[in-house]
Amino acid sequence: MTLTVILASLAVFSWKILGYLIPQRWITTGIRLFSERVTVVLMAALVAVQTFVSENQVEFDARVPALGVAAILFALRVPYILVVILAAAVAAGFRLLGF
Amino acid sequence: MKRVLSTSVSVGVATGLYGISFGALAAVTGLDLLSIMLLSLLMFSGGSQFAFIGVIAAGGAPVSAITSAWLLGVRNGFYAIRLNSVLAPRGLLKLISAQLSIDESNGVSAAQEDLKSQRVGFWATGIAVFVFWNLATLLGALAGDFLGSAETWGLDAAAAAAFLGLVWPRLKGNKVLALSASVVAVVGSLFLPAGVPVLLTVLLALIPRRSN
Repeated sequence: MTLTVILASLAVFSWKILGYLIPQRWITTGIRLFSERVTVVLMAALVAVQTFVSENQVEFDARVPALGVAAILFALRVPYILVVILAAAVAAGFRLLGF
Repeated sequence: MKRVLSTSVSVGVATGLYGISFGALAAVTGLDLLSIMLLSLLMFSGGSQFAFIGVIAAGGAPVSAITSAWLLGVRNGFYAIRLNSVLAPRGLLKLISAQLSIDESNGVSAAQEDLKSQRVGFWATGIAVFVFWNLATLLGALAGDFLGSAETWGLDAAAAAAFLGLVWPRLKGNKVLALSASVVAVVGSLFLPAGVPVLLTVLLALIPRRSN
């Protein structure tokens, strides 16, 4: 298992290092804008999947109100760590109540 | 600058919360402690790590586990392209910054206005997440059974909120893009294996922005 883990880690690292090995002169403004936009789409996609998906199914459970609360708090400029902890508390609370 | 550092530590702590559930899940899957820790130290990419133990838990072959982890790691490559132009690291620093190029470090960096804050944001977040993620993995692996499931503690919602906080400063001017990505990822999840729908949204980033 240890060998499998090391090989898989090298495979993942290959992507990470690749981005640094591409010569700067190949990185056009277009590619730079693309990589900025990739950051936005991937983050947004992660939020959505993490909130609404459970094993290949769409599910509206305790995570939805938790994310709603998080969005309101971020809009109110509440500090990051506080928002994350409160989101966890909201989800945990809803689950405690049986949702 | 103080604000950047405080965000970085916060992101590290938040990620750590989720790292506990990774360690616990990996232990339940039957991985030995060394393998679990190597995943967090060497692979150091949440999505790939969860995919790896997911395949192993489902009884998949080692080569499937490696391939899944590899494919899910591709988004780090996109981050690395961005980060290389921000950091321009040389020599050993290039290897270290590559290892730290993940969702959170790039997210905090991209959320900053000036170049210096973007650099500080990357390094501080990368190091904070690395430390907290690995400590949390160890804790989860050792005490997983005792803590119960991650869902009970709302840690899955914490992860969603953590990512929302990272993309929040970038939503201005990108709301349609972010919303489309969310829809594509959720709908794609109905048909495609875990991890693929999120990657699919990269195609949306290829559509050039309308100038108006």
